[in-house]
Amino acid sequence: MVDASTLRSDLAVIARHVPAGVRVLDIGCGDGALMAALRDGKQVDARGIEIDGALVERCVARGLSVVQGDADRDLAFYPDGAFDVAILSQTLQTAARPDRMLAELLRVGRRAFVSFPNFAYWRMRWALLSRGRMPVTRHLPVTWYETENIHHMTVRDFEELARDLGIAIENRWFFTRDREIGAAGANWRAEYALFEVRRG
Amino acid sequence: MNASSQVFRLPHPLPLDGGQALEGAAIAYETYGELAADKSNAILVCHALTGDQYLASPHPVTGKPGWWERMVGPGKPIDTSRYHVICANVIGSCMGSTGPASAAPDRRPWAMRFPVITIRDMVRGLVALLDGLGIERLHAVVGGSMGGMQTLSLAANFPDRAERVLAIATTARHSAQNIAFHEVGRQAIMADPNWRDGDYYGHGSAPDAGLAVARMAAHITYLSEAGLTEKFGRRLQDRDAKSFGFDADFQVESYLRYQGSGFTRRFDANSYLYITRAMDYLDIAEEHGGKLADAFAGHAMGKGARFCLVSFDTDWLYPTAESRHVVHALNAAGAPVSFVELSAPFGHDSFLLDVPALDRVVKGFLDG
Repeated sequence: MVDASTLRSDLAVIARHVPAGVRVLDIGCGDGALMAALRDGKQVDARGIEIDGALVERCVARGLSVVQGDADRDLAFYPDGAFDVAILSQTLQTAARPDRMLAELLRVGRRAFVSFPNFAYWRMRWALLSRGRMPVTRHLPVTWYETENIHHMTVRDFEELARDLGIAIENRWFFTRDREIGAAGANWRAEYALFEVRRG
Repeated sequence: MNASSQVFRLPHPLPLDGGQALEGAAIAYETYGELAADKSNAILVCHALTGDQYLASPHPVTGKPGWWERMVGPGKPIDTSRYHVICANVIGSCMGSTGPASAAPDRRPWAMRFPVITIRDMVRGLVALLDGLGIERLHAVVGGSMGGMQTLSLAANFPDRAERVLAIATTARHSAQNIAFHEVGRQAIMADPNWRDGDYYGHGSAPDAGLAVARMAAHITYLSEAGLTEKFGRRLQDRDAKSFGFDADFQVESYLRYQGSGFTRRFDANSYLYITRAMDYLDIAEEHGGKLADAFAGHAMGKGARFCLVSFDTDWLYPTAESRHVVHALNAAGAPVSFVELSAPFGHDSFLLDVPALDRVVKGFLDG
């Protein structure tokens, strides 16, 4: 069993749904919390990519295999189908070309978990409507000119992109204030979303 | 710390990439820490171009502390209360292992009759030593600079011999610029009249001037420009004004001269020729059909070693791009690899100096 009690909600869901013993690539793996949970709880062969050297250093110190690199550039060096599962948590919106990254994700992995902030969350809509300025929220706390999130998207945008790319959506989960919520009205109600996808 | 010094005589001729074989070669090595009964806790540390086996014990010629004393010892990142650490002088060198200064079968020094060797030949020697010690699989092989080249060569050519491969500030191939700097050093040695085509042993004078120049030129490549500027700037050495002559007016000149002359007391000029040649010949991809990923095919998913590569942002000798090149090949081969570029001001020499982040990475990787 994976001890998911200390993981962020989307990561805890991923940890529960990754099968035991598979090969996983975690893109934007941060300090390696999810990788460590998967390795220790499910004997997963986990590899990571992380752009921040200080976080990579922490991963290595926990005995994880993590490469300092830029997902936009470095995914290309992994062979087709090298992983059973690719994970991209809260990173798609930072990609230079999210469509290409999604395609790359499902080139190196047979399945993928992708989570991202939902820009159509009602607080976002309200902030934009009422103040007429790019929202700065608890979940997206950085001003528009400093943020790494250069491609904001909504739940519906992601679903349409998946359809255009011929990607099958297997599962979806929605979260608000770090708690899982139901799917009804998710494009309004969800602060962020997690999708499980596979090649269509 | 407590070290044990020994010399291993190879029981078989050592086959060399050049086509010859080296008979009766000796490998001098030091060990630190206890070897576990099942021999599972051995770490081989590979030394750099001008390094030697005195990893964590005083150098017998200079009396200075071991070259990686800050990294190796009880409670240190390479913890000798936990691991049995082996460091061997590479063949071609001059601290007890067979090299050009050693006696050939005719009892005269080999000098330039010594066969040209490669990094892979050095590794074959190290593997012969491991065979002699009965160590089938190392807990880890670790090295920086030329030591890192040996770790990669060992992984490529003897994939079963190490569980972990830690390669720091290194490369899988020597670039044109790397070769060019080495050629300057070799030409400086060969231009010294005392070199005598390599037959200077027993003449009472060695090509010290040439060797010192070679060391001075190489030493510049080990430091960063910012590091040199911070350490020396344009400051003058023990004087208030320029001398309008060719004494060491500047501190940086004085420092390089000191480095050069100190080096000649502990290193053999012919060894410098042979070892720099070995480094220049390094191209691990070329040895394996031209594709670096193929060199690491023995480490595909689920078998083989775990790798960790570390580069430094101010290292222009073996810059981060060279480490990334190796990392991408390992990714393509499916090998488990970690890579981090650390920030340190000291250039290539950062791997030998006080970089706390390196300590954490080394410890984490070896213990994990």
